[in-house]
Amino acid sequence: MPESQQPDGAIAGTGAGGAMDLATGEATTLEKTPGGPEGTGPQGKPRSLWSDAWHDLRRNPVFLVSGAIILFLVIISIWPQLIASGNPLECHLSKAQQGSQPGHPFGFDGQGCDVYTRTVHGARNSVTVGVCATLGVALLGSALGGLAGFFGGFWDGLLSRITDIFFAIPVILGGLVLLSVVTSNTVWPVVGFIVLLGWPQIARIARGAVITAKQNDYVQAARALGASNSRLLLRHIAPNAVAPVIVVATIALGTFIALEATLSYLGVGLKPPAVSWGIDISAASPYIRNAPHMLLWPAGALAITVLAFIMLGDAVRDALDPKLR
Amino acid sequence: MPQTSEPAGEPILEVSGLVKHYPLTQGILFKKQIGAVKAVDGVDFTLRQGETLGIVGESGCGKSTVAKMLVNLERPTAGAIKYKGEDITKLSGRALKAVRRNIQMVFQDPYTSLNPRMTVGDIIGEPYEIHPEVAPKGDRRKRVQDLLDVVGLNPEYINRYPHQFSGGQRQRIGIARGLALRPEIIVADEPVSALDVSVQAQVVNLLDGLQSEFDLSYVFIAHDLSIVRHISDRVGVMYLGRVVEIGSDTEIYDHPTHPYTQALLSAVPVPDPSARDRRERIILHGDVPSPADPPSGCPFRTRCWKAQERCAREVPLLVVPEAFRGAEGPAVHPSSCHFAEEMQVVPSE
Amino acid sequence: MPQTETQPQPRSTTAEPLLDVRDLHVEFRTRDGVAKAVNGVNYTVHAGETLAVLGESGSGKSVTAQAVMGILDVPPGRIAGGEILFKGRDLLKLKEDERRKVRGAEMAMIFQDALSALNPVLSVGEQLGEMFVVHKGMSRKDAKARAVELMDRVRIPAAKERVGQYPHQFSGGMRQRIMIAMALALEPDLIIADEPTTALDVTVQAQVMELLADLQRELHMGLILITHDLGVVADVADTIAVMYAGRIVERAPVHEIYKAPAHPYTKGLLESIPRLDQKGHELYAIKGLPPNLMNIPPGCAFHPRCPMAQDVCRSVVPPLAEVTGVPGNRRSACHFWKETLDAADQ
Repeated sequence: MPESQQPDGAIAGTGAGGAMDLATGEATTLEKTPGGPEGTGPQGKPRSLWSDAWHDLRRNPVFLVSGAIILFLVIISIWPQLIASGNPLECHLSKAQQGSQPGHPFGFDGQGCDVYTRTVHGARNSVTVGVCATLGVALLGSALGGLAGFFGGFWDGLLSRITDIFFAIPVILGGLVLLSVVTSNTVWPVVGFIVLLGWPQIARIARGAVITAKQNDYVQAARALGASNSRLLLRHIAPNAVAPVIVVATIALGTFIALEATLSYLGVGLKPPAVSWGIDISAASPYIRNAPHMLLWPAGALAITVLAFIMLGDAVRDALDPKLR
Repeated sequence: MPQTSEPAGEPILEVSGLVKHYPLTQGILFKKQIGAVKAVDGVDFTLRQGETLGIVGESGCGKSTVAKMLVNLERPTAGAIKYKGEDITKLSGRALKAVRRNIQMVFQDPYTSLNPRMTVGDIIGEPYEIHPEVAPKGDRRKRVQDLLDVVGLNPEYINRYPHQFSGGQRQRIGIARGLALRPEIIVADEPVSALDVSVQAQVVNLLDGLQSEFDLSYVFIAHDLSIVRHISDRVGVMYLGRVVEIGSDTEIYDHPTHPYTQALLSAVPVPDPSARDRRERIILHGDVPSPADPPSGCPFRTRCWKAQERCAREVPLLVVPEAFRGAEGPAVHPSSCHFAEEMQVVPSE
Repeated sequence: MPQTETQPQPRSTTAEPLLDVRDLHVEFRTRDGVAKAVNGVNYTVHAGETLAVLGESGSGKSVTAQAVMGILDVPPGRIAGGEILFKGRDLLKLKEDERRKVRGAEMAMIFQDALSALNPVLSVGEQLGEMFVVHKGMSRKDAKARAVELMDRVRIPAAKERVGQYPHQFSGGMRQRIMIAMALALEPDLIIADEPTTALDVTVQAQVMELLADLQRELHMGLILITHDLGVVADVADTIAVMYAGRIVERAPVHEIYKAPAHPYTKGLLESIPRLDQKGHELYAIKGLPPNLMNIPPGCAFHPRCPMAQDVCRSVVPPLAEVTGVPGNRRSACHFWKETLDAADQ
C-alpha cells in the first residue's frame, strides 16, 4: 500500500495534513497550558516528572511558605540558643502563671518556668518525635504495604491479618505496658513505639493504592516491554500511589506529636526534666481558664508545625500530578 | 487490496493447545481451590509473517487473555506459543526479555495505558532503558522524536504529558511505544474501540501503513467485526475460550459455516437502512454461559438452534467439517461444528 | 415490514409534535472557562417516531437529552436559552415539582450503563414496583405483580422467579431490559435512550434493540435514540439528526441521509467506518480532531476539518437550511450542501 499514507494527510507523519492534524490538536487540547513547561521551547532539555515537579514547587507559594517554616523549625531544633538563650529548666515558683513581662514575652508556666524558652527548646523533642515517627511509619508502612499489594498472594494475606491485629491494640494501654519497662530518657523509645503501632495504617493505604495503580494498563505495558519488578514498582507504581500516603502521613504527623504529649502526661513518654510541647500542653491544660497563655504558646507552635507539614505534603502531592499543572 | 497479491509468509507464531484457567479460591490466609474460570480452553492458530490475523468474539470469550499470553503477561496453564519454533511460554530471564523485544502490544484504553506521570519522551523512550542494547544513550532522544514523527505526532511534543493529548493522539503514543524496539509482531487488543468514529479511521489507517513500512505481523483483537474484516487477512472467531471457526476474511464473512459466526455476523448493524429489509437476522436467545461452568460438549450448544444430543456429548474439533471433506471452495475451512453448513448472512453488494 | 404503515414518515405538517426543542443553548462553567456544549439545537419528535441523534463524544447529543429530561447537573451546567415544548408546555418554565411529575410518568430515560443505574441493594422487583408505589399509590403487593408483568413484557425469562433477585445476578443484556421495563412502567409518551446498547455485546445488542423498537411501535411512543453508532441508527431510526460541536448539522429521513448526505461531516462519518459487507481499501479519515468546546472555531465549526471549506465557512455560521430538490424533509447546515449532494451522487 505505497499510496496509503498520503491522501487525506491526517495520518502522514510528515505530510501537510499531518501538520494540520497537529495544529488542530494544538488548538483543542493543548491551549489550556499557556506558558508553563512548553514555554521554555521545544528543543529544551528532556524533562522528567521529578524535574518538572521541582520546577513547579520552586514557584509554588504554599511550598515556599511551608518550606520556610519547616526550615526555621529544624534550625531552632538544632540550635535553640540562637533565639532563646535562657535555660528552660530555670524556674522560679514565685512567678508561676504570671503573664507577659519584659524579657519573658510569653509569660511563665505553672512551675514558674519561662514559656518562651520552653517552647523554643521543646521544638527539638516534638519535631524529632513528629518527623522521625512519621518518616518511620511512612517508610515501613509503604514498603510493607506496597510490596504486599504488588506481589499479592500469601504474604499479602499475612500482612492483612497482621495489620488487623495491630488495629486491635489500644494505643494508650499498649504505651503504658511497653514504655513502662523502658528507662531511657530520650525520644527514641517513644518514636519506636509510635512506628510500631502506626505503620499498619499507612501499610493499608499503600497496599490499596498500589493495587489500584498496578491494575492500570501502563503497568502491563511496561511489563510487556520486559521491565523488572523494581522498575515497575519505582517508576510506574510508586509515583501513582504516593499521593494518599503523603496526605495521611502529613496529617498523622500532628497526631504523633500529640500522642507523645499524652504518653508523657501518663508518665511513660518523655520524663522531666525533658522539655517538649506535649509535656507543656499537658501540664497547662488544667489551667486553661485562669492562665490560657501557658497553653496557647506551645499549642500554637504545634499547630503551626502541623499546618506547615500538611501544606508541604499538599504541595508535593500536587507537584507530582501533571494534570494539575 | 493487499491480500490478493500477498504470498503466504512463513509461520512466525504458532499457538497450540493454549489453555488458561484462573483458579477460584476460598479462604483467608491459606486458600484452597474450589474451581476454575476457564478463560481460554484450547486455542490453536498460526500467524504468518506479514499477515494480520483478526480475532473476534464477544466480551468474556477469552480473546484478551489470549493477547496477554502472546506477550507473556499471563502464563498459560497449558499449551505452547512458538515464536520461530521456540516455545516462549517456558522462557524466563534474559531469553524472555529478548523475545519480548520482538512481540509488542498496543492496548485498548489510551487513557490508562500511558503512565500519567511520565512525559511522552519518557514513555516512548522507556523501551530503550529496559533494552539498552537497542539504542545507545545519546541516540535515544532522536529515536523517540523519529517515532513521534512516524505515528503522525509533532516531535516537539516530547516533553508533554499524556493528559495534554486527545484519545486518538494518545493511542498514537501507545503505538509509537510498541514500535520502539522494532518488533516483528504487534498484538493489538481492541486498539480503536475506545476512540471516536472519525478518529478510529485515522488509527486504523496508521496501523495499516505501519504494517507495510515496518514489515509487521499483527494479531488484531476486537469485538467489532467490521473493523476486523477491514484490517485482517485471516480471521478467527472465539466463543467461550475456544476458536470456533478460522479462515480467510472471505471464508469467514461470506461463507461462514459455524452457527455462532453466522449469528454474530447477522447481528452486526450495517450502516445502510436499505439493508434492514434485505437481511435476515439470527437473534440468539439467552446469554453466554459462565466460563467457570461451561456446558459439556460444544460450548455454543446452549444457544444454538441446531443443537442435538450429539453436541452435548462430543466436543467438536476445529477441523474442516465432515460435510465439506474433499470439497473445494471458500466454505471449506476449519469450523468446530458437528452440523456445519454454509449460510450467507452478510448482504453482498 | 408490516409496520411500515404505522410509521410516521408521511406525516402531515399540521400534527402537533410531542417534543419541540427550540434554539436550545447549554453551557458548562469549568475551571478553564465556559464550555458551550449546546449551541442552538432545534428538533421535533412526534408520537410513534424514532429520532436518532448521532454524534461523537462532545457533540452535545447527551447534554441536549439531559436538558430535555431535566437531569442536567446545575451547576456547572446552565441552560443559556431556548425552549423545550413538550405537549405544548415549555418545560423550562415549569416549577421543579411540576417538572418531576413529568419525569418518569410522561417521559423516561434509558442509560448506557445499566449496572450503575440500578440500585445494587434493592431487588429488581422492588425497584420496578417502586415506580407504581410512588407515582400511582399502589400497594406493595399490587406493585410486585405489575413488576412481574413488566419483566414479562421485556421478555425476561422466568420473571416470576427472578423478580426477587438483585441487579448483579442478571447479565448485561437482562439488566438493560430491566432498565427498559423501568422506563416503560408508567407508559410515558417519550423515551430517551442514551447509547442503550453500547455496553452490550453484538448478539445481545440486536436482541435489546429489537425489543425497544417493538415496544415503541406497540405503545406508539416517541423515541429519541442517542448514539454514535451509524449501524444501530440505520436499523431502527426514522429520522436522523447529526450533531457536531453542539449544533445539528444535518437532519433527514434515514434512507435519504445514507443514500446522499448533504453535509461533509455526515459524508465523512459514513465513509470513515469500515463495513461488514465491504472489504475496502483505505478508510477515508476525517482529518484533525473534534473541536474544543471552550474555543469553537468561528463560522462553521467543522471548517478546519472540512475538505470543502472556503473563506465563507471561516466567518459565516451556516444556518440549518432546507435542502431542496431531494425527497423527504431535509435540512443541512452547510454553505455547500448542494455541492456535497452532487458529489455523493457521482
